[in-house]
This record gives sequence, structure tokens and C-alpha cells, in this order.
Amino acid sequence: MTSWLRRLLPHGRTLVTSVPYVWLLVFFLIPFVIVLKISFSSAAIAMPPYEPLLHWASENVMQVKLNFGNYLFLVQDNLYWKSYLNSIFVAGVSTLLCLLIGYPLAYAMARSSPANRNILLLLAILPFFTSFLLRVYAWIGLLKNNGLVNNALMALGVIDQPIQMLQTDFAVYVGMVYSYLPFMILPLYANLEKMDLTLLEAAADLGCKPWQGFLKITLPLSTPGVVAGCLLVFIPAVGEFVIPSLLGDPGMLMIGKVLWTEFFNNRDWPVASAVAIALLLFLVLPIMYLDRAQNAGDDEERK
Amino acid sequence: MYGRSWFRNVSLILGFSFLYIPIVSLIVYSFNKSKLVTVWGGFSTMWYGELLKNEQILSAAWLSLRVAAISATLAVALGTLAGMVLARFGPFKGRMMFSGLTTAPLVMPEVITGLSLLLLFVTMEQLIGWPAGRGMTTIIISHVTFTMAFVTVIVQSRLAQMDESLEEAALDLGARPWKVFFLITLPIIFPALLSGWLLAFTLSLDDLVIASFVAGPGSSTLPMVIFSKVRLGVSPDINALATILVGVVAVGVLIAGIVMTRQQKLRDRDAQMALAANQQMIESMKKG
Repeated sequence: MTSWLRRLLPHGRTLVTSVPYVWLLVFFLIPFVIVLKISFSSAAIAMPPYEPLLHWASENVMQVKLNFGNYLFLVQDNLYWKSYLNSIFVAGVSTLLCLLIGYPLAYAMARSSPANRNILLLLAILPFFTSFLLRVYAWIGLLKNNGLVNNALMALGVIDQPIQMLQTDFAVYVGMVYSYLPFMILPLYANLEKMDLTLLEAAADLGCKPWQGFLKITLPLSTPGVVAGCLLVFIPAVGEFVIPSLLGDPGMLMIGKVLWTEFFNNRDWPVASAVAIALLLFLVLPIMYLDRAQNAGDDEERK
Repeated sequence: MYGRSWFRNVSLILGFSFLYIPIVSLIVYSFNKSKLVTVWGGFSTMWYGELLKNEQILSAAWLSLRVAAISATLAVALGTLAGMVLARFGPFKGRMMFSGLTTAPLVMPEVITGLSLLLLFVTMEQLIGWPAGRGMTTIIISHVTFTMAFVTVIVQSRLAQMDESLEEAALDLGARPWKVFFLITLPIIFPALLSGWLLAFTLSLDDLVIASFVAGPGSSTLPMVIFSKVRLGVSPDINALATILVGVVAVGVLIAGIVMTRQQKLRDRDAQMALAANQQMIESMKKG
């Protein structure tokens, strides 16, 4: 290759960096700018169903029309407030439940013999590889009034008539925990498996009871795993759409459902965009925190 | 190790029952003769026959499989590059943003990703006339974008575990960086690429929300067809479909798992032999 050509072509490193970088900029970052732009537009009966922000008022005057109405609408209408708060509440409770169920499971996996560990890990990941939609669907069959759970409880004589479980908040929590549990187990397991067990032996030698050792050593050392797991569950759970629409009460207010309805049923793209921007503003901090936590973990590993 | 194995066993049994009972129930009821999904009416494979006659499901499945295969392959290519950048390139201008852009799609609620990609495609069509209309291309682009984040994480953590001195040795011996990557790095991290591809494939095959936003009329993926059917209630042919999908995935993951465990054992043995040889050398040097 002649030297002038080599100078013209980007350096290998730059090339390797820029291909995924440009892809993510074009297909992940720029779309948010467009959502922001359209959230300031007003709905119109056209295709696409919104008005342009810029238009030529006369030959040489360009007007920018920013419509803050969509955001005012979000603030004034109770529906949106309630949906945001309820989504955060539901996601928070689901995260807590995932932690309560996932921690003992991850702990038990990490303390199994190394030969069993890989098999258990594979078993924990396997459901994650099967369709999420179909796993949520499976719970409809289990929780229905004449479903497996009610039938089993009635056969055991615990209840006389079926309990309404489908289309309740209970069903949504079951679905959430079931679908997001692997996201909690994997970071916890990775953390607990790495732990130096001699610390616990030292504590035991010094007279520490096993539960004290757990509270004073294992739990504090596993904080990075707990934080990562909680964020991985909480952030996507806030905007969840499939689980509340299949298992929850039709009137249940979840922001993911509201966005979907605004977009597909009301065809109001500007309001849907404003809902998305407001949700994003709320999630930016946890996402940045997750990114920092992950990078900190990597740096530690390198040391 | 603390004589509390009962706690361990109870956690494992309860946890894994919770994970597996729903899947097992799907499979069992797919062989149910009765149309009422929860009443057992005897063994039958009629719903599988029913499924094979359903043109809508079959064409949606074919579309989904093609989308998943293409987008998983692209996602592995892009995700491997991104993982290399994050694990090996050290600090560079814009690294913070790059790392944020690779993490965010992992957790971004699907409704937001779907809406923003659709608005991008609509705007691009207005400005440059591409992509004209929405369909397979737009679904593939969207799936690559959100699945490459998962591949990046897998590749990055594999590279972080890998011994960098192998690459350094090859560089010292005069190999060009590209040659080092293809001859040293790629074979070592290949299992990570395989599991990244499988994960991207299943995530794409499974996606309902993003595909609903970016698919035009006339291109319905399998999850979109399933969702519209399931909304109307449970139906046994969906159970049959679920059983086939679960079976395919289970076999795929098991094979991948066995291959990876075997490779791990081989690597461990090599490492042990190398260590032993090293030890011998040190001993003989001490004596000499």
C-alpha cells in the first residue's frame, strides 16, 4: 500500500472503535433526539401523524413551533401521574421479591461443589433462553380460576372455591419475579462465587457463628452483586408492557401500557413521545449508576 | 460446608421448581386432547397437527427465524468489536459515552427502544428515502441494536478473564494486530461468541414489543401472532408451539453447554500441565 493511501485510511484501532460506535449513535442515541423533537410537536391527521416543528412562514422566515402541551397534559392528567408512580412501585416490589428469592438460590448455587455448579448455572439460565412471552403465557394456565394452582389448592382442601388470581396485582408480581429472576441470579452468583471463603474460616476460628459470618462478611461483600442485580431488574420492569397486559387487571395503570395505548390505539405519537421522554428522564440516573457499577467491577477484576 | 446443606437443598429445590413448573405444565398440556387447556382429556398429539396446518403461524415463524439468524450474526460481529474496544483499548476520547451506549440497551424498557427506532425510521424515510416502508430490514436493524449489547457484555467479560500475555507474546514475535486477533484471541473467546450468538438469536426470536413498533403492516413476527392469539385466551396449539420452541432451545443450550464444559476441561488440563512443567523447570534450576 502506498503511504498516502495508508494515511487516508483510518488507523486500525479507530476503525474497530468507529464501526460499533457509529451504529450505536445512529440507531440508539439519535432516535432519542428524534423522540424529544416529536414530543414538542402536535398530533395531526396525516402520515406520519404529527406536525413538523419547522416551517417556512414566508419566503425567508423560518418558524419553530414548540408545543409544550404534551408535557402539560402529562402533568395535569392524573392518569399519567398515577401510572408513573404505580409502575415505580410495582417495579420496586418486584425487585425486592426477586432479591429475596434470588439471593438464597444464588448463594446455594455458589456454595455447591464445583462439578454441580456448572450444571446448576446451566439450569438457571435455561428458562431465560426459552421464550419470555410463552413463559408469561404459561402462568395464565396456572393462575386461571380453573387453573392448576386453584385445582391443586382445592384438591388439598385448603380452599373451597377458586380464588381470583389472574388479572390481579398478585399475578403481575408472579410474572415479574418469574421473568426477571435470572437477571438477579446471574450477577449475584458471579459475585458470590468469586468470594474468598478463607475469610469465613478466619471468622469462624475467631468465634463467629455462621449466621454472624454471613451478615458481617458475605452480605457486605456481595453488595456490588446485589446492586447490579437490582438495577438489572428494576429498570426494565418500570416500563414493562407484556406482563401487566397478559396477567394484570385491564385497568391496572402501568406506564409501558399507557405508552403502548397512546401509540397504537390513540395514534397520538407526540404524547407517546412525551411519555417516553418523561420515563427516560426518570431512568437516566439508575442507568448511569449501573454503567458506573459495571465499569468499577471490570477495573477491580483487572487489578 | 457449614453442615447446613438442608438450607442449600431447600433453596435449590424451591427455586428450581418455581423456574420449571410453568414450563413443564406448558409441555404437559400440549399433549392434552381436550380443548379446555386445564382439563385433562387424554393424550393426543392433535394440536401439533393443527399447528402445522396454520399458515399464519408458519409464515410468521419463518420470518422470525430469518430475522433472528441474520440479526444474531450481525450482533455478534458488532458486539465482538465493541467488547474488544472496552476490554483492550484502554482510555480514549469518548470512551465514557461508548460504554454508556453499550450498557443502556441492556436495560432500556422495550417500549422506549421500539418507539424511538420507529420514529428514526420514519424520519430517515422522509429525509433520505431509506428504509422505504417497514418490514424485515427495520426489524433486523432494531434487533441488532438491542441484542449487540448482550454480546458486548459476554465478550467483554470473557476478554477480561483471558490471559493478555498470549496476545502480547504474539505481538512481540511480530504478528500484526489483525493476525493476533484472528489466530489467538478469536479461537480463545469462541465459546463466548457462541453463547452470545445463541442469546442474541433467542432474544430476537422472542421480541414482541420492539418488533410491534418497527414492523410494518404485513410483516408479523411469531411473537406478534402469539400475542394476538393469547390475548383472546389460552389455546392448546400455542402450548404445542411452546413445547417445540422449548425443546429446540433445550437441545441447543445443552449441546453448547457440553461443548463448553469439554473445552474448559481441556484448557484446565493444558494449564495444569504447563504449571507442572514450569514447576519442574524451577526445581531443576534450584538443584543446578
